[in-house]
Amino acid sequence: MGGVPLTHILFVSTALFCIGMYGLFTRRNMITMLMSVELMLNSVNINFIAFNKYLYPDKLDGIFFTIFIIAIAAAEAAVAIAIIINLYRTHKSIDVEDATEMKF
Amino acid sequence: MNASATIFYLISAFILGAGLLAVTSRKIFRSAIWLLFSLVGIAALYFWMQVEFIAAVQIVVYVGGIVVLIIFSIFLTQQSGKEMPKPIFKRSIFSILAAVFGLAFIYCLIDRYGFSKIETHPLNVSVAEIGTQMLSTTEHGYILPFEVVSMLLLAAMIGCIVIAMKEKNPIIEPPKPKEAKLMIHSDFQTTENQNNE
Repeated sequence: MGGVPLTHILFVSTALFCIGMYGLFTRRNMITMLMSVELMLNSVNINFIAFNKYLYPDKLDGIFFTIFIIAIAAAEAAVAIAIIINLYRTHKSIDVEDATEMKF
Repeated sequence: MNASATIFYLISAFILGAGLLAVTSRKIFRSAIWLLFSLVGIAALYFWMQVEFIAAVQIVVYVGGIVVLIIFSIFLTQQSGKEMPKPIFKRSIFSILAAVFGLAFIYCLIDRYGFSKIETHPLNVSVAEIGTQMLSTTEHGYILPFEVVSMLLLAAMIGCIVIAMKEKNPIIEPPKPKEAKLMIHSDFQTTENQNNE
């Protein structure tokens, strides 16, 4: 592992999470917001793998959690894109500001 | 700094740079391609950590599945050459502030905690080991979550088909243009007058 401490990997994943958070706050297009959410999920996966590798090398729990998160992220992306396409059919736009029927 | 550490820092700079471009690029298709590069960089990080199975799953599911799905939906719903409008100045300032303060807070937290270095023996992540433990029914087996996730994937697949299915007779009529509505109205009035006459 070449003397890279665990904290540096955690810094990278934290920075990636904050980048995803910035994207989620600034973008108003649903597809780009979905992309930001994918970045955040990936940073969590990096954390799980790094903790498993550095702190608990005799177990495999982090690996399993990462696999389950990847599976759930795939399901989530598919459902989100189905909703986006259906929304585009009725509103001709996928901007979150244009879909306000269910507000309040 | 030896070669392994240099490779790690290069990979992390690649991931963060591509991720930053993915959330700031104004053209949506370029943004998706930057996201793809960032995900490939994360797979490279998994290879660097010697968890080859997770790296392969990352490439197959994210790069081969989710990004392709996102690109398809971009082509179905957007004019991909058009630039997206700029975010509102106030909103982007506050987002940057939230991200930077969150990053600084977690940085201090991690830096102060200082994880005790254990790492006695390397992690055994052969596919046989993962498969045996995932499908075992003993105390530390993961067979129940495995089954639950498979049911979730099935439910999500059926749900996607039901949501995105085109209805033959849509219940909600698409809003008609204004001029057409006025014409119909006037036509209705004339027919009414004719009936009165």
